Amino acid sequence: MTFGLVKHNNNSISAITSVGLTQGKMTLIKEQTASSSSSISFVDGTSSVVFDNTYPIYIFKFINIHTSQDNTIFQFNCSSDSGSNYNVTKTTTHFYAYHNEGGSDQFLTYAAASDLAQSTASQPLGIGLGSDNDQSLSGELSFFNPSDTSFVKHFFAKTNLSMYHEYNLNSYTGGYMNTTSAIDAIQFSMSSGNIDSGTIKLYGIKGS
Amino acid sequence: MSIVKLNNRSVKDVTAFGSISSLGSLSHIATQTASSSASISFTSGIDSTYKEYIFYFVNLHPSSGSKFQFQGDTGTNTNYNQTITSTSFNAYHDEGDSYTAVEYRTDADQAQGTSFNDLTNYLVVDQSDSSLTGFLHIFNPSSTTFVKHFISTTQIMNGVSNFYSINNFHAGYFNTTTALTRFQFKFASGNIDSGQILLFGLN
Repeated sequence: MTFGLVKHNNNSISAITSVGLTQGKMTLIKEQTASSSSSISFVDGTSSVVFDNTYPIYIFKFINIHTSQDNTIFQFNCSSDSGSNYNVTKTTTHFYAYHNEGGSDQFLTYAAASDLAQSTASQPLGIGLGSDNDQSLSGELSFFNPSDTSFVKHFFAKTNLSMYHEYNLNSYTGGYMNTTSAIDAIQFSMSSGNIDSGTIKLYGIKGS
Repeated sequence: MSIVKLNNRSVKDVTAFGSISSLGSLSHIATQTASSSASISFTSGIDSTYKEYIFYFVNLHPSSGSKFQFQGDTGTNTNYNQTITSTSFNAYHDEGDSYTAVEYRTDADQAQGTSFNDLTNYLVVDQSDSSLTGFLHIFNPSSTTFVKHFISTTQIMNGVSNFYSINNFHAGYFNTTTALTRFQFKFASGNIDSGQILLFGLN
């Protein structure tokens, strides 16, 4: 029995370094899975995280973020000192639509309790998260040009979650980190308790 | 020794590897960088290749306080006056923590209008640290059956001394069944001093 030399584009397979495929421009930078985690942080230059001027656009995807404690807030904050302090000044907006499972209560409203005005506190991305086994939060946060030193740093997010009292909550958050210093780390947490489980993925988007 | 197979054929018998064109779903088409630009136009690369196109706006800085707008056109036309019906709403909050709202803006929507469609409901101020970021999705621009839908989210700074964070939401359709092939972006007055617009196609 004989075997011919396997070739591709006239290279033996062991010598192939590229198959000529176009690389996608949305790059998965880092994926972290919560396991009773008090917080999840993405720090530029740490654990393979890139969060600098490599990409002009960053997107965090939240997949089934489950809280250990009922009626909590999923939130985030930023750091300009590589994660030593998560306390960047920000001004934000927050509004949401809700609807209960009973079909009797629905509304679209601005949420003044969840916005911030020149505050260093963490920014809510979803409130009233339920801790039932089947309840969680999903959504995404877009963050632009974090290492820029000329402009404030804009971001916006949309999430959907199952509330502790059996409501669907669709939330929209926008704002800016009011600093011209580079942002080099971001941290996600619950207002109380832990992130029991769930995945946060960080993607970078850039041109060629 | 196990036999290496591809598509259930031993590799030595394979006559083609097939045509895998892309590993990722988001493909970069073009990037344009503003430099005191009256407008930025994308006039190529928008066709039937992708069902969805995404423009990303990165730190667009105006030469003077102004709304940011866009329009589309067909063929090689450069009038940028297609008929649009659209909606517009936003949330705002000032740094002084005195004013908040989520509101529909009737002055930033269109009903069968041919004007440039606003992508911000308030002026993007020309403070040195102020800019606009966001994205615009265009769906199936080459369709000759359907009107062409778009959805945009932008985030800006507005105000004088007391600055506001404003999160803008625009959506609508170009009410035409002619293929759209080009899009133009500009501030309603003044120039785009700096910033980038990136165009991607999504498979």
